[in-house]
Amino acid sequence: MAEATHEVVHRHEPPKSFIRKYIFSLDHKVIGIQYILLALSAVLVGMIMSVLMRLRLSWPDHQWTTLAKIFPTGFAGGVMQPEFYLSLVTMHGTIMVFFVLTTAPQGGFGNYFLPIQIGAEDMAFPFLNMMSFWVTFVGFVVLLSAIFASGGATVGSIGGWTQYAPLSALGEIAGPGQGMGVTLWVISIAIFCMGSLLGALNFITTLLNMRTRGMSLMRMPLTCWAWFTTAVLALLSFPVLLGGGILLLLDRLAGTSFFIPANEYLGVLAGSDPRLPYHAGGSPLLWQHLFWFFGHPEVYIAILPGMGATSHILSTFARKPVFGYRAMVFAIFAIGMLGFFVWGHHMFISGMSPYSAIAFSILTLSIGVPSAIKTFNWIGTLWGARIRFTTPMLFAIGFVSVFVAGGITGLVLGQTSLDFFFHDTYFVTAHFHLVMGVASIFGMFAATYFWFPKMFGRMMHEGLGKIHFWITFVGVYAIFVPFHAMGLLGMPRRYAQFTEYEFLKNAPPLVMFVTIAAIVTVSVQVVFYFNLFWSMFKGKKAGDNPWEATTLEWTTATPPPHDNFAGHEPVVYRGPYEFSVPGAPKDYTMQTEPEEVEVAAGLGETSGNGGDGHKH
Amino acid sequence: MRSQRVWEKQAEMAATVTSTERVIDAGIGGGPRSRGGNGFHKNGGGHSGDDGAPFRYSPARYRIGAWVAIASIVMLFTALASAYIVRSASGNDWRPIVMPKVLWLSTALILISSVTMEISRRSLKQQSDQGYGRWLMLTVVLGLGFLGSQIIAWRQLIRQGVYMSSNPHSSFFYLFTAAHGLHLLGGILALTYLLLRTTQRRETVEGELRRVGAADAATIYWHFMDGLWICLFLLLFFWK
Repeated sequence: MAEATHEVVHRHEPPKSFIRKYIFSLDHKVIGIQYILLALSAVLVGMIMSVLMRLRLSWPDHQWTTLAKIFPTGFAGGVMQPEFYLSLVTMHGTIMVFFVLTTAPQGGFGNYFLPIQIGAEDMAFPFLNMMSFWVTFVGFVVLLSAIFASGGATVGSIGGWTQYAPLSALGEIAGPGQGMGVTLWVISIAIFCMGSLLGALNFITTLLNMRTRGMSLMRMPLTCWAWFTTAVLALLSFPVLLGGGILLLLDRLAGTSFFIPANEYLGVLAGSDPRLPYHAGGSPLLWQHLFWFFGHPEVYIAILPGMGATSHILSTFARKPVFGYRAMVFAIFAIGMLGFFVWGHHMFISGMSPYSAIAFSILTLSIGVPSAIKTFNWIGTLWGARIRFTTPMLFAIGFVSVFVAGGITGLVLGQTSLDFFFHDTYFVTAHFHLVMGVASIFGMFAATYFWFPKMFGRMMHEGLGKIHFWITFVGVYAIFVPFHAMGLLGMPRRYAQFTEYEFLKNAPPLVMFVTIAAIVTVSVQVVFYFNLFWSMFKGKKAGDNPWEATTLEWTTATPPPHDNFAGHEPVVYRGPYEFSVPGAPKDYTMQTEPEEVEVAAGLGETSGNGGDGHKH
Repeated sequence: MRSQRVWEKQAEMAATVTSTERVIDAGIGGGPRSRGGNGFHKNGGGHSGDDGAPFRYSPARYRIGAWVAIASIVMLFTALASAYIVRSASGNDWRPIVMPKVLWLSTALILISSVTMEISRRSLKQQSDQGYGRWLMLTVVLGLGFLGSQIIAWRQLIRQGVYMSSNPHSSFFYLFTAAHGLHLLGGILALTYLLLRTTQRRETVEGELRRVGAADAATIYWHFMDGLWICLFLLLFFWK
């Protein structure tokens, strides 16, 4: 037996048939693109729903003739009913949080670029990777089917994306959309959890096991750290939501009472309404605890990959190393881990003990520290740099801007005394839309413009990209800054109409302004979609390294071959962000560039003789 | 000759749970470490100099995968167990069910199956395919016996009129046993898959490493399922 056999070249031959190549593909790159396409479809549905909500808020009496045909009860007399509005709120939140903010950053870009950036040929378990996408896809189909499951009254349940019990646990009797709508919602989310768990398992194993020669942990790009931390969060938080979902489903279908409370009032109802089973002693707060134990890490699942991409892109176009790489790694991990101990801040007004509220409050505010470290380091990276203002760079800077703008109100809401006033107002909506929604979407826009040339071999159109950036950037502030003002006025979230409240009589112009801003911002996304698909076929041809970046994905062909590096494992000699190194021949030094300079200077023992680095 | 030793060493490393440190080091560690990211100077050393070598294969991925999967399953059962503890303290409708005696049999079966699984894994380590297959088969049978015994417990309870919805304790009993049973069924399917491949001759070293790694991961998972059942058993009937 030859010596070489234990390092057999197991070069994977790319599959030939269409189905194995593009549909049930085991290739992490194809799976990544599938995730991105799923997110691009889901975000369309979610955006249309948000526009419908805005239209209802600004023109409550508008007659909807076309929609009234599809949803006769939801548009009784052609006017959108409050229940229909509430179901739009619910489905918009669910689709955006689960199928956009969780799929695109992690499942999409993470899948595509994590193996390449660590120099691996694929994920550790390609089959599970494929399963992970298709399970998620089935979850999406089940959720969409909820739109049509409520007999035309709603587009699914009306309980909000948090689906609080007992409203969600009682079933049909609780109101329109609470029958099949919620059942399908719970099933969809349970399926989604399983898909995400398969993905997380793969990410963690791949990163731990398959890094190439020389790719030590502290040489990984920050994107990899972000995806890894995100995977850890998903791995530990999704099972809790899955458990909660199973309990909720049993309450709805099997007659148990995990969340359905006290015989005192429901028992009386049970006598009067034969459809209501006898329940006693369940705890609605239990659902809130289980949900938010997942729900808070979920926020970081959405934003951490965006942070990683932003650090990566800022460094590349500032032509400077990331300021404080180690501190960035620490901050990513600190944010992720602290995220597990703050779920109670979603429940300050639920009647929890003031002492535990204080503990949750202090822990919540302490997340400000690693977040501030990250912001400081981003600004440090930009400081004194000759910045190349490309579209990905603009979106990355935009990310920092919205992250700060949205994050700062987190310090307001994290304090119990202030939260008592702001809870369930538009102030909260403004906070989480900016910091979780818009910031992570900006991270994804930056990632799309940045990596598109590697994925499809062509550049996206810069002019269109800049139009897209500036209108979106101004647009999101125009939408969400007024939300703060509405929150200060005391405007409650989720309400379909505000016309009857004396204290909100000055609000309509503000509401109208937001609606117009929303319509403009949503319309300009057409430019993005057009740019995306047009550039795939007509964009300027891109070389292997159009941005003059340093990490491994830019060392391989464009688009990367089936096993990423054409059968040969790359070797890494240096950190990920060696830009403008003094004395280096170019202003960027690839990670694969051997360290000839140091060797000649006698730093470290010379080698290159085929010996093992560990022996020194 | 040398290749044989390398092969054995790798197979041994892959098959030994107690030596995780070395194996994980082999699986995780990078090669050259002369310079860290961005000014992080540490660990002098060279590089191996064989640029463009083919991809390595490390069987540690199966073990890492098993531990990662276990972490998520632990979180699932922790969530359910905390729900159990919260629910048992809220409301006055908690009526503990009487434990079906057959659960002692279940417990004995799964404990024994852990032993047989371990013997099977050690046989593989000693390159005894026959012993490996035989003990693996016995483990599958014991696993199925465990599931059968759980179903008997369910039927006994149903005969007594104790259903899922009867009271919170019975709800949790059915939920825990079903959730554990489903996970164990997954383990049985994995063992069956290994069993079907026992006779298949492996042609490459990589194939052998893959097989040993998979058997290792299955063993870790199986022991975990055993421990999980003990925890659930104690929680359901001995936790006050």
